[in-house]
Formats: sequence, structure tokens, C-alpha cells
Amino acid sequence: MFGWFKKKKPIEDTQNNEEKPVEVVESSEIISIEQPETIPAETPNEPLAEPTISEEAKKGLFEGLKRSSARIGDGITSIFTKAKLDEEALEELEELLILSDMGVETARKITAEMARRRFEKSAAPEVIRAELAEIIAQMLAPYETSKDPWAGNTRPQVIMFVGVNGSGKTTTIGKIAQNLVDNGHNIMLAAADTFRAAASEQLLVWGKRANVPVIAKESGADAAGLAFEALQKAKAEDKDILLIDTAGRLQNKLELMAELEKIIRVIKKQDESAPHETWLVLDATVGQNAISQAEAFIKSGGVTGIIMSKLDGTAKGGILLALTEKYKLPIYFIGVGEKVTDLQPFNAREFANALVNI
Amino acid sequence: MFDALTEKLGGVFDNLTGRGALSEKDVEAALREVRVALLEADVALPVVKQFINTVKEEAVGEKVIRAVKPGQQVVKIVHDALIETLGGAQEPEDLKISSPPSVIMMAGLQGSGKTTTTGKLALRLKKKDRKKVLLASLDTRRPAAMEQLAILATQAEVESLPIVQGQSPVEIAKRAMQAAKFGGFDVVILDTAGRTSIDEEMMVEAANIAKIANPSEILLVADSLTGQDAVETAKRFHERLPLTGIILTRADGDGRGGAALSMRAVTGLPIKFLGIGEKIDGLDVFDARRIAGRILGQGDVVALVEKAVENADMAAAEKMAAKMAKGKFDLDDLSMQLRQIQNMGGLGGIMGMLPGAQAAKKALDNGVVNEKIITRQIAVISSMTKKERQKPDLLNASRRRRIATGAGVDVSEVNKVIKMHRSMADMVKSIGKGGMKGLMQKMGGMKGGMPSEEQLKALGEKALQSGAMPPMGQNMPQGLPGLGGGGLPGLGGGLPGLGGFGFGKKK
Ligand SMILES: Nc1nc2c(ncn2[C@@H]2O[C@H](COP(=O)(O)OP(=O)(O)O)[C@@H](O)[C@H]2O)c(=O)[nH]1
Ligand SMILES: [Mg+2]
Repeated sequence: MFGWFKKKKPIEDTQNNEEKPVEVVESSEIISIEQPETIPAETPNEPLAEPTISEEAKKGLFEGLKRSSARIGDGITSIFTKAKLDEEALEELEELLILSDMGVETARKITAEMARRRFEKSAAPEVIRAELAEIIAQMLAPYETSKDPWAGNTRPQVIMFVGVNGSGKTTTIGKIAQNLVDNGHNIMLAAADTFRAAASEQLLVWGKRANVPVIAKESGADAAGLAFEALQKAKAEDKDILLIDTAGRLQNKLELMAELEKIIRVIKKQDESAPHETWLVLDATVGQNAISQAEAFIKSGGVTGIIMSKLDGTAKGGILLALTEKYKLPIYFIGVGEKVTDLQPFNAREFANALVNI
Repeated sequence: MFDALTEKLGGVFDNLTGRGALSEKDVEAALREVRVALLEADVALPVVKQFINTVKEEAVGEKVIRAVKPGQQVVKIVHDALIETLGGAQEPEDLKISSPPSVIMMAGLQGSGKTTTTGKLALRLKKKDRKKVLLASLDTRRPAAMEQLAILATQAEVESLPIVQGQSPVEIAKRAMQAAKFGGFDVVILDTAGRTSIDEEMMVEAANIAKIANPSEILLVADSLTGQDAVETAKRFHERLPLTGIILTRADGDGRGGAALSMRAVTGLPIKFLGIGEKIDGLDVFDARRIAGRILGQGDVVALVEKAVENADMAAAEKMAAKMAKGKFDLDDLSMQLRQIQNMGGLGGIMGMLPGAQAAKKALDNGVVNEKIITRQIAVISSMTKKERQKPDLLNASRRRRIATGAGVDVSEVNKVIKMHRSMADMVKSIGKGGMKGLMQKMGGMKGGMPSEEQLKALGEKALQSGAMPPMGQNMPQGLPGLGGGGLPGLGGGLPGLGGFGFGKKK
């Protein structure tokens, strides 16, 4: 399931793993660096630590998505028990699709496609539903990606997480960090949300759970400076991957978007190719504003992929259809809960099926 | 947007021949467009349908007023119905506070903004209502949630319940009420963990907390950027908890805010506050007119004026005015001007709020005018020392290089800022001779007080007529490089960034 998290080449890492001095921090500004003493033998003595087996996670996804889309599925059943896709049924279908937040335009497009496919008068609801899922899956399939997001040659691979406030960036980093560690990657986290109260502390807890170092500074510190130092450290310690958390920002706050640009500019001073990935984390409950979010974060943050969190609630995340159509960005992961195991690679077919309740 | 909707409706009514009253057919055609507009503004579908029916009843048979186009008339009817549905034009009731200690409970989905809003409410209760407030975090789930609330309590200068690890939310609630009672607190606010409405265990827990704490207010905190899910979430939380009101956060975003209508319509609960901004004082009393305008995409003139008043730092502005009257304008002054543009949501924000400024905004969106540069210009100035800002002559090549590194930009950009400042300083010098009067005139005639709505409209139109920000006149040969070589003509005149507002007296 977590093929991406697998470490591809077991390089001369053994060397690095052996010498692990607890590093003395020169910068007095860095308030907290946590170093794993050794390769984590067991999860640290942390009551909050979660099991890292992803067995139930898979269930979580389907349960989560099924629950969330029950209404669409029910609706479809009730429309199509008429077993005829007449004008009225198509209009109802369009409305049901709108309920998933895919937007009027996308809903119309899918409805038109359904109309074009013209069903037998006697077509069973399941047949129609399967067809609908097929259309949606096809639309999303190009954005499901098997590309290993951290396959690049430069070390460390730098991945930055951006998005509006509370969208799930920090939690997602926590989940990804654990998965990477479980698959033998040597990683580091940077708590570049120096703005929100206790944001660093939040990431530090996740770092502790996964037993990985977190670069953090006092609240109010310069985020770009922190990112710069974190990359310096990650390089010096020959980390495979550096995950950078950033403060949540509304995309219409130009000052904050410019701060994001500054973080990137400063990172590039060390590595022109970094950040190698910038992921926009979207909350599944978001409506049409996600389009404006994507536009602004692509412009300022050079977004290369999407993560959608909170698909375990009642929201359906249909905006992904409109977003991918417009911006052609891959969707890497979905979040289906708050536990470390509640992260799944995006799968177009599963998402589509769940959306129409198959 | 509003203009687009009006236009579309215009098209619908082009064929309207019969004088007199709006026929059912006319109205139906118009409301199809309204339906799409509302859906695009994230109003939830069931609410849209219900709303459209209400409007239809009102609109059919309505006399067509001669002065306006039928499309405009329908928009007006829709607009009024929106305000009505949102709770009417009057202010919502203030928070209910019972005999001390009165309990306020916060509830909502993960990441909706409960903790931040808890801090904001605390500040408001303390400052405006002179209450002694205790904050308690019942969020035992999200890492560092308790620490976050403790920090916010410090910012609001209220107390927070000491953190005790290992207690359940219900235990913490009990402890909070005890502490409030013995500590002589007027109000205790219980911040709870975010939960999805289908997490049965967590919903039961929330209901238990409510039962034990018997709050005078249980507020659902929801993100105003929420889409169709608004209905489901509001309904489900309302079913399980005796909610008393709603707070919508992130209203400072550029979302259309349809969730407000959805939540209000399905619960009938008053929307009490809007969260605007991350700062602890970013809480506004809900105003139905403002949201109605936004949902329709109408130029939000009220909001623009409010924002302008809010942002004009009077003291600083007056100080600067005095300096400028003497013909002085240093880099700190320039920085302040630039910041004012930003605080108002940037150029894009300002333009979007001005009715009729859509075309100008488009120019902005197309990158004709690049506002990112403004932020970089501020960064450049803030990378200078205090001395350098006051005496730009000090800025030799090596200093410029240092500043460029500090701000993460090229030296050429530093040079541009310095050049821009110089030309503006020159202008100020010349105005200085003419005194403040001359300056005010140059700033678009906004002498005393805030500009009126008409004035703002006129300004917006002027900006529109001037097209994609033509270069400035002789006064400012350099202009703001970020503004396509000119200031914002028509939007405050000679100085960039609506600086003119800062000089008016707050009414
Ligand atoms: N139910 C659920 N909650 C989530 C998910 N991802 C994040 N959250 C919660 O959403 C809230 C905000 O997340 P956080 O990571 O702090 O957001 P950030 O501000 O973007 O860093 C927290 O309460 C998280 O526990 C998810 O996939 N499902
Ligand atoms: Mg965060």
C-alpha cells in the first residue's frame, strides 16, 4: 500500500546511521532539536503514540469515504429506481453531484456525459451507478500518481506543506513522517509555522512520536530563516528527506503569500532545485474557494501536488474534480482521521466508487 | 460576481415586453441564474432550493419599477431575502451570560478555528463586558492544543486552567467549573476537541460535557469557506447539542460565505460573530448585510469603508502628515504607505470591493500590475537600519548589497525602491511648499472624514476608466514599480496605497 514510502536504494546509509552524536546546536535561537539516539527500537514512551500498522487504515478509508457519500448513493438509488434517465432524473443527478462540492460546471459535464451514454430503459440503478463511478474515475485517473515523490537525486529531498489555516498540514506531516521512518528513511522536520500559538509544539509531538529531529525556534522567529537553517542541518546530517511545515495562510493575504515566496527564495539559495515538492493541503469540507486557494498557492508556492485531509467526515471532497481539471495537479494522499495510520495514497477508482457509494 | 449576475439577468429580461408586473415565467428564468450564482457561492443545495421558492413567491407579480431594469429588481429582491434569511439587518443578540460562573462551550469540526476563537471571545468579554474570564481546554486529542489555548489566554490577558495530563474532557470540564466558582470568575469558556459529526463516541462526549456544564451558550464554530457540507455539519451538531449560536471563522478570506446562509437556514440559530484574521482582536459582530453582499458578489462598499477606518493608524498618519507638511518623506513613511495597501487586503482586495472596479481588478489578475512586489519592497525597507531609513543618502553600494541579501532580493530591486522613494520625496517636498491643503487636493479631495459611498463609487469608476493603470503623471515619474509604473490613479491620488484615508478624521 505504501509503496512510495519504501526506501528505493539502500545506499551507504549504514555509515551515517552509526555515527549519531547528539549534536550541539550553535544557533542559540533554535530552541528544540530532538535527536533519535538510535534507530527507534520501539515507539517512545509516549501515551499518545499510535500503532504504525496500516491494516485498519485501509478500512478507515473505505469506511470514511462510504459514510461520507452515503447520501449521494442513496440519492442515486432513488432517482434511478425510475430506471430511466429522463430530463428530470438528469437534473436530479446534477444536483446530487453538486452536493459533493464538485461545482456546477463539473456536475453539468458529468451529467451531460451520462445523458450521452443513453441507457436502456430498463437499466438497473447499480448499472447506472457503476457508469457514473467509471466517468468520475476516468476523470481522476490521470492525477493518481505512482511516481515516487521523493525519488529525486539530490539529498535531501525537500518537501514543503502549504495551505490555509487548519487544513491539516501539521497532522499530515506527522503521518507522513512516521510512514517514512517505518520504511527506513532518514528524515528531518522543520517547524516553519512560527506564527500560530504552539504550532511548533504540535509538530514536536509528532516528531517525538516518529522519533525524528524537529528544527524549531521560538514563536515569532523568521520562518524563512528557520527553513534555511533546517536545510543546512539536513544537508550536514545527510538526511534523505526534509519535511517543512508552514504557517496556515489565507490566499488573499498578500503579505503572507509573499512570506511563502521568501521561504522558497531562501531555500533556493542553498539548493536551486528545492523545494522538490510543494504540497497544498486542502480540507475536504472546503467549497468552491479551493479553486482560489489552488490558484494563489500555485502562483506563490509553486504547488506540485495536492493532499486532501478529513475525508473521514461528512464532506465528500468533490472539488478535487474541478481542481484537477483546471490545474492538472497530482493528488498524492488523502487523510481519513487524526491517527498516524489515517493516511492513504490517493486512488481514483476507490475515490470514485466511494463517491457514488459502490 | 454581482455584475455578472446582473448582466446575466439583463439577458434573461431582454425579451421582457409586457410592462407592469414580473410574470412567473420571467422570474423563473431569472431565478435559474440566481440558483447557479448561489451554488457557486457555496450555499448548500437544499437551502438554495428553499430560498429560491421563497424569492419566487415574492417576485412574481411585483410591479416593475420604471427606474430600474427588471434584472436589477430581482437582484434587489434576492438581496433583501438573503438579509432576511441571515437574520435581518439588526445586530444579533450579544452573548448570554448567566449568573457566575457562566459557561460558554465551543464545538465544531477539526480545524474550524475553535481555539483561536476562544481566545478572541475571552478578549472581548474582558474588554467590552469587563468580565473575569477563565479558559479551559478540553482538547486532549490534538497535540499541543492545550498549550495553544494557554498562550492565547496570555495574549488576551485572562487566566487559563492549569494543564493536568491524563484527565478526560469531562473531568477537565468539572475542574474548570470548580476553579471558576472558587476563583470568582464571571465566565468560563470550554474549548473542546474538533470532531466529525459522525464520530459517535466523540459526539456523545460533547453531549455529556454540555449536560454537566450547563452552558449559557454553546457555539458552533465553523469555517466560512465550507462548501455543501455546511448543512450536514450544522444539522448534525444541532441534533446532538443544544446549540445557541454560530460563529463563522476565516471571514477575512475571499470565500463567498454561502455557508453562513446554509447554516442559518437549517438550524435557525443566530450567527453571532465573524472571525476575521488570526490576531486575538479579530472578531466582528455578524452583519447580515455584509454577508448578503458577498454571497451575491456585490461590491462590498461597507466593508471597504470599515476596513479603511480600521487600518488607518491615526496617530502614525497624523505624525506623517505633519512631517510631509514640512516637505519630509523618509523610507519609514514609504514603508507605512505600502503597509496600508497590504492591510486592506492588498490591491486586489481593495479593487474587488469597489463596485465597478472589476476591469481594473482583471488587469491586476492578469499580472499587468504586480502586487507581490509591494511586499518585497517592504522587505527591502525593513532590511535597512533605522539610520538608513531616515537618511537614504547613506545607502552606498555595499549597504545596498547587504540589504538585498537580507531581503532575499536582487540589488536592482533595492535600487528601485530607493529610486521610487527619491521621486516621492521630491514630490512631497514640492507639496510641502503648498502646505497640507495642496496635498489633500492631490489626494482626491477627501479632505475631512471618510469618503462617502458615492465618492468611493466614483473613484472605482475612475480607476476603471483609466484602464489598466496608466503610468502616473509628471508628479511621480517613477511611481511604484509594483504598480505598473504608476500609483493607483483615482484611488487616492498622488500617493500610492490609498494613503489619503489616513488623513481623514475618524467620524
Ligand atoms: N478527522 C480528521 N481530522 C484531521 C485530519 N487531518 C487533520 N485533522 C485535524 O484537523 C485539525 C487541524 O489540523 P492541523 O494539522 O493542525 O492543521 P494545520 O493548521 O494545517 O497545520 C487538527 O485538529 C487535526 O487533528 C483528517 O484527515 N481527519
Ligand atoms: Mg500547523
